[in-house]
Amino acid sequence: MVKIKQTDCKYCLGIESSADDFGVGITDFRGAILANQSEGYLPKEGGIHPREAARHHGDVAPSVLQQALNTAGIKAHELSCIAFSQGPGLGPSLRTGATIARALASYLDLPLVGVNHSVAHIEIGKLTTGAHDPLTLYASGGNTLVTAYTTGRYRIFGETLDIALGNCLDVFGREAGLKAKKGLPIGAAIEQLAQKSQRLIPLPYVVKGMDLSLSGLLTAATTTLQQQHNSNLPDQICLDDYSLADVCYSLQEHAFSMVCEVTERALAHTEKKEVLLTGGVAANKRLQTMLSIIASEHNAQFSVVPKQYATDNGAMIAWTGTLAYKHGLTTPIPQSMVKLRWRVDKVDVPWIQ
Amino acid sequence: MDTVDKTPHTHLLKKGAEASLFLTQWHGKDAVLKIRLPKSYRPPTLDQQIRRYRTIHEPQLMHHAKTAGVPTPIIYMINVPQSTIIMQHINGQQIKTILNKLDPPPRHVLCQKIGQSIAHLHNHNLIHGDLTTSNMIQTPNGKIYFIDFGLGEKNNELEAQGVDLHLFKRALQSTHFNFWEDCLTNVLCGYTQIRGIELSKKVYEKIHQIERRGRYVEERKP
Repeated sequence: MVKIKQTDCKYCLGIESSADDFGVGITDFRGAILANQSEGYLPKEGGIHPREAARHHGDVAPSVLQQALNTAGIKAHELSCIAFSQGPGLGPSLRTGATIARALASYLDLPLVGVNHSVAHIEIGKLTTGAHDPLTLYASGGNTLVTAYTTGRYRIFGETLDIALGNCLDVFGREAGLKAKKGLPIGAAIEQLAQKSQRLIPLPYVVKGMDLSLSGLLTAATTTLQQQHNSNLPDQICLDDYSLADVCYSLQEHAFSMVCEVTERALAHTEKKEVLLTGGVAANKRLQTMLSIIASEHNAQFSVVPKQYATDNGAMIAWTGTLAYKHGLTTPIPQSMVKLRWRVDKVDVPWIQ
Repeated sequence: MDTVDKTPHTHLLKKGAEASLFLTQWHGKDAVLKIRLPKSYRPPTLDQQIRRYRTIHEPQLMHHAKTAGVPTPIIYMINVPQSTIIMQHINGQQIKTILNKLDPPPRHVLCQKIGQSIAHLHNHNLIHGDLTTSNMIQTPNGKIYFIDFGLGEKNNELEAQGVDLHLFKRALQSTHFNFWEDCLTNVLCGYTQIRGIELSKKVYEKIHQIERRGRYVEERKP
């Protein structure tokens, strides 16, 4: 493969559409983020409906694309490559983004670069915090994994055996009647409530080796909550009157302690000198505090991705696309079908030496 | 109780994530002092509960492992309030280091022996909970010692046995990524030798089920 000189080309446009957000980002080849626009799909009730999310992405795509180009102050023909989130994620959402990316690439006659969504979360974290070779905790609505670079790839040292951390918090929040608002995800609402309590309710704590399981914790937290609301239960079953804040606090403390223990195990194992927190749940201040304590105990530098790059965004796709493109990696259109289960340890990352 | 305080922590062997290991002396013998230090990142109640539970259960499980025929260090003393355990020091090499140096034929033999040991544990309803090649030590006379039962449990369910093996598979994938498949095949071969084809098959089906539960995993493909 031919390495392309930096000076030959300048900008990469990245399209992110793996779940509920449709985002377009533009970065230049040295790592400056010129635009990062996004539109979120907000379900009327319940979680993400994949078909509705895909429809939303199709509707907002033209305006988000235009906004991104306007913000960056460049014309479409000045771009050098089009990157898109090829997986993992929800099929209908991913396909919408991929279709737009293919159309743009063909129309503008530009190379297409398929990017792994999880790798993008790590790379944007490294770019925005200056971390060099970190142990990364990537926690979001769809993923919870502890990963670090070893010989050619990001290896997974620990992960959830069932549901993701963000998913656990979201479902609990919905069961508790909390609603996501624009700019205030359910996770943030739980965090705010949790700050009002100091009362720890015993809940399951499930760490298995370097992996963890959150599904039992979710069930237990939800059941605890329902017992409070169910006045028909005999007194001996209704043990205590916990407030919603108490349950939120306990859920957070248990879930984060588990994630942190796993991260600490991986840190002791890999002996990395940096810890990076990325993904949607990275916005949680309590999780940040807990991880920073662990990092300092192991003499490691702790960094957390800025909030606007914590959730799914186009800039991370653009930047990772840039890295791949600079190393001669492109995705011909016939090979650009989306990969719903594309694990981070299946991706070669030749840009790391 | 006082003995622990008087024991000199002569030499730090390993600062793990969960506990620190010191090389020390116990009545003239080399011993390992395992301390589970408080973790300030989690709430004190939860922290205490976890450390207490693991300090009590680890020695119990190590004892049971011996009756299952799997060598583990001898426990000399336990101090629950301080979360410390003093145990025999095992002279030997971690399987992690040995595996990387061996040629394929002796490596296959070693992996089969490991599989047999895991099968013995499972036959006695013991779940190790953190099977990795760093938690196994081979002594010069060829015995394989299992250590670090802190996440273990007594459980006779297929589910627990499946998770135990699944975790070992993941550990092999991340530490021995060049020849993990080869290792796993031989581990499972040794496992089947002890537990029989019928039961082993059930466990392997369980592993598959467990893997399908994960998010975004290849195994989930229909």
